[in-house]
Amino acid sequence: MDLSNDKGLYLMLIPVILNFIIFHYIPMYGLQIAFKRYNIVLGIDESPWIGLTNFMNFFKSYNFVMVVRNTLTISLLLIIFGFPMPIIFALLLNEIKHKLFKRFTQTVSYVPHFISSVIVVGMLLQLLSPSGGALNIIRSLFGLPEVYYMGSSEYFRTIYVIMSIWRSTVFGAIIYIATITSIDPEMYESAVIDGANRVKSMIHITLPNLLPTITILFILRLGNILNIGWQELLLLQNPLNRQVSEVIQTFVYRRGLIDADFGFGAAVGMVNSLVGLLMVIGANEVAKRVGETRLF
Amino acid sequence: MGRIRKMAKDDLLLQIFAYMLLIAMIIVFLFPIINVISLSFSGRQYVERRDVLLWPLGFNLDSYRMIFEHQYVIGSFFNSVIYTFVGTLYSLTLTVFGAYALAHKRLRFRSLITLLIAFTMLFSGGLIPTFLLVRDLGFLDKMWALIIPLAISPWNLIVMRTVFQQNPDSLEESAKIDGAGYFRILFRIIIPISLPVIATIGLFYTVDKWNDFFNALVYLSTKSKFPLQLIAREILVTFSDQSLNRIVNAADADRMNFTPMTFRAALIVISITPLMLVYPFLQKYFVKGVMIGAIKG
Repeated sequence: MDLSNDKGLYLMLIPVILNFIIFHYIPMYGLQIAFKRYNIVLGIDESPWIGLTNFMNFFKSYNFVMVVRNTLTISLLLIIFGFPMPIIFALLLNEIKHKLFKRFTQTVSYVPHFISSVIVVGMLLQLLSPSGGALNIIRSLFGLPEVYYMGSSEYFRTIYVIMSIWRSTVFGAIIYIATITSIDPEMYESAVIDGANRVKSMIHITLPNLLPTITILFILRLGNILNIGWQELLLLQNPLNRQVSEVIQTFVYRRGLIDADFGFGAAVGMVNSLVGLLMVIGANEVAKRVGETRLF
Repeated sequence: MGRIRKMAKDDLLLQIFAYMLLIAMIIVFLFPIINVISLSFSGRQYVERRDVLLWPLGFNLDSYRMIFEHQYVIGSFFNSVIYTFVGTLYSLTLTVFGAYALAHKRLRFRSLITLLIAFTMLFSGGLIPTFLLVRDLGFLDKMWALIIPLAISPWNLIVMRTVFQQNPDSLEESAKIDGAGYFRILFRIIIPISLPVIATIGLFYTVDKWNDFFNALVYLSTKSKFPLQLIAREILVTFSDQSLNRIVNAADADRMNFTPMTFRAALIVISITPLMLVYPFLQKYFVKGVMIGAIKG
């Protein structure tokens, strides 16, 4: 065990560790302003303690119910509609025999992932535009009245969920596709000998083999329940739909950063992070009980 | 006999369903992009008459010409190039260092350090404390705010470490016997054989940094420093860009063949072109990288 020789390795690690300590752990220390009335002049250490006042302000504020309700609703919608999509995509892609079509589909569908949030939202707003947007053009072709989609809270959730699925389906499917290709072909062969068709094979072989992967990804997904895709949400928000589009993260950004209510913002953010952490741990426990796979 | 016939029918239905759904997907994926491209090349009267859907009408390049007239677009493009390049270089260097060092199983404190890094994936200080820190460090409105904080993605580091761990011990042992230090081993041996994974992680960082708008939104306030995404946000999303209004007003209404909509379309096309050009070449690496990360992670 050549400990003295490891100097070189430690040297390499120094900037890495420094980066993590400074930019990940020191902010955790700064999280204490959630319990203080932060004063810029006094700084983090000297600002006065006010205990749970910031938290109470949040829970009692008239925004609280709306923000939490929006967050939960959107998160649940995303999971219900968004989580199965990559699985379905991977399963169906597996059924395609035509190599060229398969390759083409994959190439095309990875594209949305490379397009930035701003551009995706920008394109979406163009499409939905009440004056010349493609969607409304198509609607008028069919004799339907034009709709100002972004002008109210009515369509927001649908738009956002569809957009999220558009962006993330194929990226998520990569993992499933990889897992499927690693399934032993002999399992399929013996199933065929036993008289199963493609549909049965899919249900009884492919799916069970995917289950460990699905479980882990589901755990991770739950842990991120409050965080995923909120930057796109921030972009899609406007004063007209804010009632349904304001979630915890955008609320932190708006009140904590823009309105510079730092202590309050830190408190709400902390609630968010803690809940996320609890959810991951909770989901992991559930997975442990179910027996098969776990994250840690 | 009936059962076999039913099973064959089921299979056929499955095939049809699969093809239909995937074709529908392709249409949904491609249509917005085709529509935008068409709009960007179309003439004003056709756009105002709502005629443009899938192909350009009244083909012209005025919208693109106007992009160059815009006060900030081209500049922000170059900003993005610089931020992305420097940022990726910095991030990649640190990630390689960290992954290589932590790949040595006998390194003291290895598990502790790894835990330290992995834990940040689960919990963090949040937006406000991080912002205050960056401000206190004097990085506000500076390029460094986009590059140095959160430079290392724990996920990328772990993926790279896993790949490095696959290297046989004998590789380093023989180099050490020859008297090589860790730095030399890293640069002369490990990096050359690990180019695929380094390229892949580098690609991940590049895409992330090129596409990022939020960090710039939070930390930058001088418009001339904005990256492309932030300028695009003002033009495409918040519709708060004054320059565009000025251009539209200043343009000779009859001779200029563009509208705010075609301008926006052209901007979108310009924004996605760089990555689209690079994408076909890198798709292979990209997919492989995600798979490695997913399976081994």
